[in-house]
Parts: sequence; C-alpha cells; structure tokens
Amino acid sequence: MTTHFSRRHFLGLAGGTTGALMLGATGCGGSSGPGGSGSLTVWSLQDPVQNPIQKAALKRFSDKAGAQTKLETFLNTAYTQKLRVAMGSPNTPDVLFNWGGGSIRQYVDNGLLQDLTPELEKNPEFKAKFLPSVLEAGRIDGKYYGIPLRGMQPVILFYNKKLFEKHDAQPPTTWAETLKLVDTFKKAGVTPFAVAGAESWTQLMWLEYLCDRIGGPDVFGAIAEGDKSGWADPAMVRAIDAIADLAGRGGFGTNFSSVQYQTGASPLLAKGKAAMHLMGSWEYTNQLDQEPEFTKDGLGWTTFPAFEGGAGDPKAIVGNPTNYFSVSKRSENAGKALGFLKQEMGSDTYVDALIKGGDVPAVADIEARLKDSPNPEFAGFVYDMVRDAPSFQLSWDQAIENKYAQPMLTNLQKVFLGKLDGKGYAAAMKAA
Amino acid sequence: MTLTTKAPSAGPVRRGGGVRGVRPAAAPDRTPRPGSLYILPAALFFAVFAVGPVIGVGVLSFMEWNGLGDPRFAGTANWERFLGSGAIWDATGRTLLLTGACWVVQTPISLAIGVWSAGRQRNRAVLSAVYFLPLLLSSAAIALGWKAILDPNFGAAKALGPLIGYSDGDLLGDTQGALLCIVMVVTWQFVPFHALLYQAAARNIPASIYDAALIDGAGRATAFRYITLPQLRNTIITSSTLMIVGSLTYFETILLLTDGGPGGATHVLPFLMYTEGFRSYEMGFAATIATALVVLGTSLSLLIVRFSGFAKMRSTLEGI
Repeated sequence: MTTHFSRRHFLGLAGGTTGALMLGATGCGGSSGPGGSGSLTVWSLQDPVQNPIQKAALKRFSDKAGAQTKLETFLNTAYTQKLRVAMGSPNTPDVLFNWGGGSIRQYVDNGLLQDLTPELEKNPEFKAKFLPSVLEAGRIDGKYYGIPLRGMQPVILFYNKKLFEKHDAQPPTTWAETLKLVDTFKKAGVTPFAVAGAESWTQLMWLEYLCDRIGGPDVFGAIAEGDKSGWADPAMVRAIDAIADLAGRGGFGTNFSSVQYQTGASPLLAKGKAAMHLMGSWEYTNQLDQEPEFTKDGLGWTTFPAFEGGAGDPKAIVGNPTNYFSVSKRSENAGKALGFLKQEMGSDTYVDALIKGGDVPAVADIEARLKDSPNPEFAGFVYDMVRDAPSFQLSWDQAIENKYAQPMLTNLQKVFLGKLDGKGYAAAMKAA
Repeated sequence: MTLTTKAPSAGPVRRGGGVRGVRPAAAPDRTPRPGSLYILPAALFFAVFAVGPVIGVGVLSFMEWNGLGDPRFAGTANWERFLGSGAIWDATGRTLLLTGACWVVQTPISLAIGVWSAGRQRNRAVLSAVYFLPLLLSSAAIALGWKAILDPNFGAAKALGPLIGYSDGDLLGDTQGALLCIVMVVTWQFVPFHALLYQAAARNIPASIYDAALIDGAGRATAFRYITLPQLRNTIITSSTLMIVGSLTYFETILLLTDGGPGGATHVLPFLMYTEGFRSYEMGFAATIATALVVLGTSLSLLIVRFSGFAKMRSTLEGI
C-alpha cells in the first residue's frame, strides 16, 4: 500500500515522459528514436502565437530541403522536467527550446549539446544577424550553444496611466521617488505594486533589479559561477533589506502572498486596484489578450528606477535575453538541424512573423521593421532598452545551479513575508 | 447461543492476513487447490512494480545523481544531510501534523455522512449522490478550482476570509491559513470516498440488532453509540489506515494550491521529495526522502494493524 502511494507520483511523471517520448518516436517512424529515420524533431513550449510561426518555419525548411520535420510542444511547467528525462535517455529531440544559462549548463557539462561556435565562425553573416548581448547570454564557457529563436523579454515596470493621472504622479526614476509613490497610492487606497507572491519567480525580479542597481551585475555573476559567499555581499544584503523595507511599508499590499500572476496581479493592475507591476515584457501580450481596452489606453511602461548611490548602471536590464534553440549531440540529424536554424532563425520571413506576433526579435538592425508590430511604440521601447543596455542578466532562477533555485525562491518569499532580513537571507542561502 | 454461524461478510475489511485460521480444516481434501503457480502473475507484477523500485530507491539514497550521466556512490552523505537538516525535521513535523489533522477532521464527517446516507429514504439517496460528486473529479481539477475560489481579490476568499479572521482574504498566503486550506480541500476531496465505505458498512448491520435495542428502550443516540459504532469498528480501522497512509504521501494538492508556500509553510516530506528530485535534480537526496517515507508509512500502518487488533479479523457479527 505504502509503496504504491509513494511511487505513484514517480510513475505518473515517468509515464508522462514516456508518452512524450513515444510521440516523438512515432513522429519519425519509431525505428530508433526521434533522430532515427531522418525526421527532424523540434521541441518547443506551447504558445498559441509562437507555435504557428515555428510550424511555418519548419514547413519552409522541409519544402526546401525535402526533409521531414516535426514540432512537438509542451506546457511551460512540465517542459523542463520532460526535457531533463529525455536528455538523460537515448531519445533526445534534435532541436530543443531552452533559456540558455543554467537551464542548459548541466547538459553542456555532460556533453549532450552541440557546440555551435564553429558553425557561427564559419558563417559570420549569420552570426551578425543577432544582437551581440543576446547571443552572448547563450554562451557557456566561451562557446555558443544556442541560436536566439524569438523575442527579447526584459523585465519592465508596467503602470496604470489612469491612476497616475488621477493622483498627479509620475513613474519613478529613483528609489526615493518609488518610496514616495508608495505613500501616495497607499493614502488613496490603491496597492502601490502588484506582485504575485504565490509564484515566487515574480518576486525574484525585484531582487534581480535591486541587486543589479546597488552592486552591478557581477554580484550575482559570481554566485552563478558557483561562489556562494556572494549571498553575503553588502550589495545583496542591502537589496534584500530594501525589499523587506518596501514590503513592510505596504508597498505590495497586505494579501500579495495569495496572489497569482495571471489571475491576480495582472487584473489588479488592469482594474486599477494596483498602480504598478514589475513583470517581463510578455506582460504586454498578456494584458492585450485579457484586457485589450486597458492595454490600448491605460497601460504604461518604464525602466526600473535607479538606486541612489548604487554602483549599477540604471540602463542595465534583467530578464530573459531570449529563448534559444540548441542542437542535441545525440541527434542523427545534426546537419539538418543546423540547416534549419541557419535558414530560418535570422530570415526576414521568420523575423517579420515574430514582429507581427508582438515579439521584439533579438535580430540586429530591425528598428524600421518594428512599425509592423501590433504596438510599434512598445516594441521600439523594448528594442532600444536592450540595444542600449550595458548588461542583460538572465533571470536568476534560470542562471543559477538547479539545486539552489528552490531555496533561493523559498527564502525570498520569507523576505517578502517579513520573516528574513538581508543578513538572515545570506545565512539561509549559505546553509542551502 | 449460536456459535457456528460464520459471518456472511465483514464488509470491505476482508483483506490482509486472515488466512491462518482456514488452512487446517482442509487437510484430507483431494480437490485441486490453487498452487503457488497461481500467485505467480501477481507476485511477478508486485516484484517488478513495487519491490524492485523500492529496492532501487533504497540503493539510490546512497548515491549522488543529477539525472544525467551515471550515479556516483556517495556513502551516507544523503542520510547525514537528511538527519541534519532543519528543513527536513520541520517538514516531518508538518507532515505528521497534516496527517493527524486530516484524520481528525475527515473521520467524524465521513462517519456521519456515511451512516446518515445508509438510510433508505429517497431524499437521502438523492443527497448522497450529490455528496459523492467530488469522487468523480481529478485532484488537479479540484485543486485548481479551489485555487480560484481562494483568490484574495477576485475569489470567494475576499468575502469569506473576514468571517474567519482573515480580513484581507489572505488565506493561502498565511502560514496557518495555507495549512488550513489544504486540510479543507483534502477533506472536501476525500470525505466522499470514506463516507462510501461507512455507508456500505452501515447497511450491513442487521436491522434485528436495532429492533432488539428499540424494545429494550434505546434511543437513537444510544443505538448509535452502542450498536452502530462498535459494528463499524473494522471499517473505521480500514478507513483510518487509508487516510493516514494516504495523507502521509499526499502532495498534488499542495503542489497546485500553494506550491509549498508561503515561504515553505506547506513543505511536507512528499513535496520536498518532488522538488529535490525534479526541480533541484538531486535524485539521491530525493530517494533518501522517499525511503524515509516508505519506512514511516509502513511502520504507521503496521502500528495501526497491531494496536487495533485488526489482524485478528474478529467479526463484528459474532453471536447473531
């Protein structure tokens, strides 16, 4: 009985994965896994806008190269685990969606991903198609493992224009102004910042930006390289204390710990119950989908405020530089995979489709073409923001070694709840 | 005195270890008996899908493995970490607390609903059908549904929270509130199943006992206390075992409802096992937690069987 219950979860997960693998196998005749009989298998995230664009790209490639292709998509939450199990087995997809950084570091360490550096060196015109800072973010130990596949997703401070007009306020440019705004909105009975405290990755954005503003990108850079003492860095401690202070002042309201992202924080901003919301650029598409009226005339956006006396550049950004396609080393279709990436990822047709879908691709010199975006103003803002940024730090939960991601998030939740301060956080992370 | 009447049925409790008394009686019998060959398919299945993996998990708990490449022998490192980790002890305490709370809340409710719905009145039949509805829903659907209800700004928690002391509806975001929510959702989900067990068992109680008690002047409450409850003894044990072992390893609701939050306030052992294995990719340590859960669960069910006298399988209908 006991064993049955405790194993059920493992079996369920394993079963799900096997199912996915079997799908992969049937997609190409099932002889020897996805790579076997010549069909190119691409794994990606489920996304109603992106998937048709990817499918079209695959079709163009298969029409031209005469190869069979197959796109398989997975839900965001299940994808990392499915990919993990697949990568540990002989049945890997040929081309796989990822976030760069820590999300693929272990695959690289285990020799499971193709080094794309020679290919990029051989084709400088292909390499030059992408924004260098974004291509850089896909680099591990000096080698390229990923080709940017879609738009850039920096974290942006969104705000409700109507609330700002009503209370005669300006979006904050410094931390002092931020704290003043907290008082303004609290007095008016409006939550200053919406934050989805039930999903702690949204809280992490606050720490990412504050730490970058106070101490620059190297503070976390050292931690990502494996130096745990970075958690006790004065800049990190100060950033945590600033969050605890903001939460203590009621900057996030009182019940943010139960708030979800899509069903909570986003509607709070749209319905005028919260004034600001720190979120990835995908929030624009999300709001456009859920609240088209508000997005058109009420949604404002700006950069994260500077921190007085901080060492970081206020132009620096954090978030997801982009998503990447990497090629599995076990793939028997590596040639086709590379052919596909080279033909499509920087092509005008593909890039234009991305722009029309609301993305801001990580492709160089496309300012003029961004006018075709559903919102040229927003797309231009994102593009300039990334182009002018001295650094673009990958989201910490993706960049850090897997085993520290969960403690980092859980302890940060405690900071927001007022149970840990800067020193306490450093101690908790040292013990993790 | 009727000594020989065999109990027609002991309800759904007839499982596990009751064969001992039957064997000697069949000594001179020539009819072909099921030999050990008959048990082979079941035994094989059990060996491949239960015994094998449990041994594998036990072995893995002494290894270090991130899911890629080959596992490396790590000695007792995982176990030292397990025993020395404050988070593990917290989670163990919380697991036991949650198990206890689920049992204390669910047992009286399911007993009451089960016994009540055992009556043959038509309104009871209709209402029981409604009560048993949650049985048809998957855990994920239930958890997501409740998540929407418990949203502090747009869900029912906004209106209902203040009634129970959460003025801003912050139930899921509060350390105690989150545990309360989990007990509530688990109760809502599993009471129907246990009520069904009690309903079946209560219907098995012969009406003659109640009739006799009625003649002796027993009221409803007395009949419940001295007839229904003792008659349901074996069912109570079965249901409790299922409940306790089930809540010990239960984690879907927690994953979907609170994701272990807020700030680790709903971290229980099975949840940590999942996050260590499939988020941190520390398969060895996850296996350590799994092994500990197997040991804990087995010991608990053995204790229940031992101290309840369940193993003796004494019928509740002796003397009728």
